[in-house]
Amino acid sequence: MQDLPDQLANGLALGALYGLIAIGYTMVYGIVQLINFAHGEIFMIGGFGALTAYLWLPDGTGLAVALPLMILLGVVCAVLVAIGAERFAYRPLRGGPRLSPLITAIGLSLALQQAVWAFYPDAKKARPFPQIGGSDFDLGFVTLSREDLFIFVSAPVCMLALGLFVAKTRTGRAMQATSQDPDTAKLMGVNTDRIIVMAFAIGAAFAAIAAIAQGFKTGEVNFRMGFIAGLKAFTAAVLGGIGNIYGAMVGGLVLGVAEAMATAYIGDIPGLEQFGGGSWKDVWAFILLILVLLVRPQGILGERLADRA
Amino acid sequence: MRHRSLLILTTTVTVGALTLSACGSRDDKSGGDSGEKTTVVIGVDAPLTGDLSALGQGIKNSSDLAIKTANKNNEVKGVTFKLETLDDQAQAGTGQQNATKLVGNDKVVGVVGPLNSHVGQSMQKVFGNANLVQVSPANTAPELSQGPHWQKGEKKRLFDTYFRTSTTDAVQGPYAAQYLYNKRKLKKAYIIDDKKTYGAGLAGTFTDEFKKLGGKVVGTDHINPDDRDFSAVGTKVAKSKADFVYYGGEYPAGAPLSAQITKAGSKAPVVGGDALYSEEYIKLGKKNVEGDLATSVGAPLETLDTAKTFMKNYQAAGYKLPYEAYGGYSYDSTWAIIQAVKAVVEKNDGKLPGDIDDTREQVTKAMQDVAFKGVTGDVAFDKYGDTTNKQLSVYEVKGGKHKPVQTGTFDEG
Repeated sequence: MQDLPDQLANGLALGALYGLIAIGYTMVYGIVQLINFAHGEIFMIGGFGALTAYLWLPDGTGLAVALPLMILLGVVCAVLVAIGAERFAYRPLRGGPRLSPLITAIGLSLALQQAVWAFYPDAKKARPFPQIGGSDFDLGFVTLSREDLFIFVSAPVCMLALGLFVAKTRTGRAMQATSQDPDTAKLMGVNTDRIIVMAFAIGAAFAAIAAIAQGFKTGEVNFRMGFIAGLKAFTAAVLGGIGNIYGAMVGGLVLGVAEAMATAYIGDIPGLEQFGGGSWKDVWAFILLILVLLVRPQGILGERLADRA
Repeated sequence: MRHRSLLILTTTVTVGALTLSACGSRDDKSGGDSGEKTTVVIGVDAPLTGDLSALGQGIKNSSDLAIKTANKNNEVKGVTFKLETLDDQAQAGTGQQNATKLVGNDKVVGVVGPLNSHVGQSMQKVFGNANLVQVSPANTAPELSQGPHWQKGEKKRLFDTYFRTSTTDAVQGPYAAQYLYNKRKLKKAYIIDDKKTYGAGLAGTFTDEFKKLGGKVVGTDHINPDDRDFSAVGTKVAKSKADFVYYGGEYPAGAPLSAQITKAGSKAPVVGGDALYSEEYIKLGKKNVEGDLATSVGAPLETLDTAKTFMKNYQAAGYKLPYEAYGGYSYDSTWAIIQAVKAVVEKNDGKLPGDIDDTREQVTKAMQDVAFKGVTGDVAFDKYGDTTNKQLSVYEVKGGKHKPVQTGTFDEG
């Protein structure tokens, strides 16, 4: 167990990444009760947007210069696609049967995936992503790689900004109002259509930042990366209590740490040797999800709401 | 939810891919040869899209080169060869559908492929039933030719139609074990595999031989081939103080795995089989995979005289993508089918039998006796359909390139 701090850091980095993506699921669900399955693909497009920015810059550009541009273009691409999806795929179906937008989301997810596969140059296989050079930070009790530092800085900054935005600004409060009761909010003069677009856009921006973090972490972006990441983030959102932004981050962190712990230590428990390691981590993570939902069906930070399920 | 959406996605993707491949084959019908020349088709099945497409495209181009060469030199009199290429996306189900499709085409006399052993497993039976010969340039799982109980010494050939030009993992894993233990003096191994037919098989044969030699396994792990975050595994490896990691699996997960092991602070090189021997491995892992090792079947093409013409012609043909690890073997696999067709034509007074079932049966029979000097050395098959050429090489990543460090034959003793 002497590597516990390192494994915790691994789990928290992974969890923060899941949490950032989960924000997108949870915000959209909180406001329009739609599970946006295409969100994983928005995440993927953010990653490709950042890669494009990097490829446009002349060779040898330092990452200090490149990173802000990568974040900018990644976020812009993801937000534009998310707004387009909301406008043309989801808005026409609003008010229709609940299943229709869900199926649309799955279709959209496939369409976006295949579009990148077909039209992004050389995207039929994984594209290498730039790496942060330099050695790890040794803090004595734990070593942090430079790649993980990006997520450890960006995730709290994003959460803080989002928390302030939702609680303090006019638009943020309108967002809360819309999520509590869209019809009344509309009667009070809130432009709900605009609020919904905002929810999609914020989720997409966070997903793009998560995609850059994953690019640094794994050294690649590929057209299928959104699928697994999306599933995990959706799980995190449910675990934390879907509809609650802090819940999404907490759910992500719990899921990430659970995966790291399962990979690292389950195999050391006598009798469970063959159930340890990387291939069983998802099983343990989902066992945890089931246990949490048995005790708290609304998720860790979720509120029990009679009219939503 | 997870499973249901997975199912929906897979089904839709498969349907989409099938539709696409159907579109692709529509334009095949142009240029019908009139006159006395018969046109026969050689099928190619490989992953042309997805993570493993670099290897798959190399297989496709090399087979194409073999067919163009045969047609240009009039290798088989009165017969023109054509290629029908299908994409299996490295999925067993798709491979099986492709096999059925190729069997259904009454011009197909032989099939080159596939790349993946688990795909090969799903295609074998379809070809076996139709008596259609299949030569894989890259399948290395021993059970494909020697039956499920090969490890206990009960070798039994399952399908007379299955041949391969690549060496099996029964040799590849142990060869790596001997090299690492005897030459490199590395005694402590950490074994990781991806649970697929190829990866788990390779890791298994490696472990057996390594333990027999006296090596110690300080840890084992299994990963999901679709994962890209291996930080937890990396930390485990770093703390285990292993001398090296043996990874049974392919480069799409192998490169990030190796990179993240390095990032976790481990100096241990990652060693693997032929599926790590790809330029993509280095492109994805960059500096973090420096010093990693990979074994691959055969001698390095660059050192073989027989391969020089192949490499020259490949370049001259102007293919956009490199021939990769299996280029030479794909060329030889295709050439073996061409030679088998030639033998049948010569036996039947310069013609192919009129009936396609008859032709397929005779080509399959002729394949057993095919022998020629190919790109990768002498090509011939033993009684299981395996290649008689059991050469292997070890490559090391040095300065961003795979450099050969040793070539030899596995010593059974």
